[in-house]
Amino acid sequence: MSLCMNQAVVKGLMACAPLAHASQFAQSARHGALGLSNFLALQLGQSSTSIFAPEGTPARSIFGLSMLVLAICATIFVVVAGLLLFTVIRYRHRPSDSDREPPQIYGSNQVELSWTVIPVLIIVVLFLATARIIFTTQQAPRPKAALNVVVIGHQYWWEYRYPKLGIVTANELHVPVSDPSNPTPTYLTMSSADTDHSFWVPVLAGKMDVIPNKINTMWIDPDKPGLYLGQCAQYCGAQHAKMLIRVYADTPAEFAAWIKDQQHPALQAASASEGRTVFLSNACVNCHTVSGTAAHGTFGPDLSHLASRATIASGAVPLNQQNLRAFIDDPANFKPGALMPAMHLSNHDLDAVTQYLMTLR
Amino acid sequence: MVTQTPVTSIAGHAPASQHGSRAFDVVYDWITTVDHKKIGIMYIVYALIFLVIAGIEALLMRVQLAVPNNTFVSPQSFNRLFTMHGTTMVFFVGMPILFGFGNYLIPLMIGARDMAFPRLNAFSFWISAFSGFLLYFSYFAGSGLYGAGTAPDVGWFAYAPLTARVFSPGHSTDYWTLSVLLSSIGSLGTALNIVATTLSMRCPGMKLSRMPLLVWLYFVTSCIAFIAISPLSAAQIMLVIDRYLGGHFFDTQAGGSAVLWMHFFWIFGHPEVYILVLPAFAFANEIIPVFSRKAIFGYPAMVSATVGIGFISMGVWAHHMFTVGLGPGANAFFTLATMVIAVPTGIKIFNWLATMWGGNIHFSTPMIFSIGFLFQFLVAGLTGVMLAAAPFDWQLGNSYFVVAHFHYVLVGAILFMIFAAFYYWYPKMTGRMLSERLGKWHFWLFVIGFHLTFDFMHIPGILGMPRRIYTYEADRGWAIWNMIVSSGAIFQTIATLIFVYNLVVSYFKGAVAGPDPWDAWTLEWSTSSPPPSYNFAKTPTVESRRPLWDLKHPEEPDTQYE
Repeated sequence: MSLCMNQAVVKGLMACAPLAHASQFAQSARHGALGLSNFLALQLGQSSTSIFAPEGTPARSIFGLSMLVLAICATIFVVVAGLLLFTVIRYRHRPSDSDREPPQIYGSNQVELSWTVIPVLIIVVLFLATARIIFTTQQAPRPKAALNVVVIGHQYWWEYRYPKLGIVTANELHVPVSDPSNPTPTYLTMSSADTDHSFWVPVLAGKMDVIPNKINTMWIDPDKPGLYLGQCAQYCGAQHAKMLIRVYADTPAEFAAWIKDQQHPALQAASASEGRTVFLSNACVNCHTVSGTAAHGTFGPDLSHLASRATIASGAVPLNQQNLRAFIDDPANFKPGALMPAMHLSNHDLDAVTQYLMTLR
Repeated sequence: MVTQTPVTSIAGHAPASQHGSRAFDVVYDWITTVDHKKIGIMYIVYALIFLVIAGIEALLMRVQLAVPNNTFVSPQSFNRLFTMHGTTMVFFVGMPILFGFGNYLIPLMIGARDMAFPRLNAFSFWISAFSGFLLYFSYFAGSGLYGAGTAPDVGWFAYAPLTARVFSPGHSTDYWTLSVLLSSIGSLGTALNIVATTLSMRCPGMKLSRMPLLVWLYFVTSCIAFIAISPLSAAQIMLVIDRYLGGHFFDTQAGGSAVLWMHFFWIFGHPEVYILVLPAFAFANEIIPVFSRKAIFGYPAMVSATVGIGFISMGVWAHHMFTVGLGPGANAFFTLATMVIAVPTGIKIFNWLATMWGGNIHFSTPMIFSIGFLFQFLVAGLTGVMLAAAPFDWQLGNSYFVVAHFHYVLVGAILFMIFAAFYYWYPKMTGRMLSERLGKWHFWLFVIGFHLTFDFMHIPGILGMPRRIYTYEADRGWAIWNMIVSSGAIFQTIATLIFVYNLVVSYFKGAVAGPDPWDAWTLEWSTSSPPPSYNFAKTPTVESRRPLWDLKHPEEPDTQYE
């Protein structure tokens, strides 16, 4: 990345050096600009959360619109900034100028009219193009095969419920990949348990706010299997920064397998019975659910299949024995300000409960 | 005070203490003054102090964000920093500095001896000043409850229900609410004063159609302030009722509506942008013609465009809410309304260009800042058009692209014009010129810093970086851009230090300005620098928009053409 930037900088410098011939200068400037734009394009396409690298229909139609809007705005910029530059250079004060004031011109109705009408026409074009995308995205017909997921925002984590499948999970959303010829989009019905949040996975769709006492919907249809990243986009409190989103687009076979795993009640491995006792006899059960046990809390993420997830703390850190133990010991190790209290367990209990949670596949 | 002239006592000065020291007299004089010029200067100095404070807050945030997973400040401190930075810059820097210039200049430009209501003017200033101190007092007194924070941390638009007592215990939010409410009262008082002054205090011959454009723009700004600030004040009172008297306006846990707060806030918040930017346009309307040596091009079009912006600005607020789940009809309406505002704004840019076209452009410091303003305001307007396209906003809204966009307006356009205004009117206010050499250093360093920071800030937004996060993941490709953005802050800091140094040193050592250092055309340049407390010994009479042009060019006065 830095190598690429160095090249662009070097090209830019080279472009400025030979000023002898105008044509040569223009050519090198073109190279410099090309280097810079290549560099930019590379950067913008590379990020896993770039709005210019769409992987689903809503993001793609927004991308198309944004290119049109960008092109029109860039043209206006070049024309007006060019005029400004020309005016400043052409009409600058020169030491040789006489003391006489330049001719005073007070205005011209024809000129005023032209620079009123032309912008109006541009706006008509922009508005019509925009309105089309607004309506096609917000009023898209919903296919029969669409999956419905209920998304509930919590202070610093996401709850996902699949009402028809009887699945409740957290922080890692699994959806089927959508084949454009036979679309299986996922509709998200969203609300919040506490403050405002916003669900934003840039490569899949624009963001939609998640607001308490209000139900919003949006849809996504990733067309390639894989992991898509995003994060909460509405300030929601101390740990707004670490309320990350992970969307897994699964192939039909993977998705069916995932559903089957999640529908099983939580595994009760005999090897982890001690940790289970620690879990069930501490305050854990007030906030967390583990299906098939007495833990029915709903303030925190459902842990029935915790070990099937790749991360904890809403995507903040990878799930492994060490991180999980440190998080239970004191969540502030990774998320200062998270609502889960430090559990103050003994080392022995901490190891046991970590071991138990790691068995919940 | 022995030398006090009869005229100043007529103007309303309380006589100073008979037996106090000289220092006491000076302080007493400033505290009790109702002179619009002194109140204007106090507004400006007060705003400059808060500009430095809020600038330091911005610097701390940029240090934190320079590299991913930084731990320079805690999440809680970071959230307070951006809340205080935003609130301070809008309510305790932007509004007071612009009202300060308005206070100082409007009576001078319309040939009046003071504002229409001098005592209301002093009241407005002091209540605004108090509200700023109240906000910062929260750092000492905001906690109130175990576990509660100190300074407000709810963001400058304080979305419900984060402000409810369950999510914001203690008193930090109360400090925010009450200080914003009090500053709104001050702003309403000043707005009322400006409207009354423009309508009733103009000197003989100054018809509305001959009023300097600066005064016209301040008039429209004040009318907008009237309409826009009232819902903000109402919302603050409703919030206090929610928090302490069991109301449920915004309390979603009890059936209230978070979206209602958004409507209340943004029906203030968007016109607020125009309350801040119209005075910047006002400065440009005075400065660009003088340094191009030409009359403003299309005066009637400029006035109509301003009034047009005033009206349209009332109907665009929900473009801040494209992502809250409005229907497609509402989204389309607010897209259109927002794009329409580009038309009168474009008219202004073209008229400024046409004013410079065919002129004789002098690159004095006020003018180079104005040229910077023109360029940057063009960019800010165009990114505004992008954000107006609702689907584009579904991606860019609440991202760093938005942060870059509105800083382009607030810094690139408004702050640049405020700097220009300083260089232009400081000689009038103090009788001394600011150093041109330091002014150019200030300009170039600030331009470099501004573009490093705010040009590159658009990119992490496009790459999916939301605003108001205290840190970010290393694997998103945002790090290099944030490093560049933070490095620009260094240049801006140095430039600002040079500016403050220039203000202080020039006050004592600057070249003597004389009444009319820029060879300008409006009435404030017809009196001495600084003007006497009664402004004009004899009430002036005007016959055109540029009374001093007529005096200087009797062979071709403006009166022939208007």
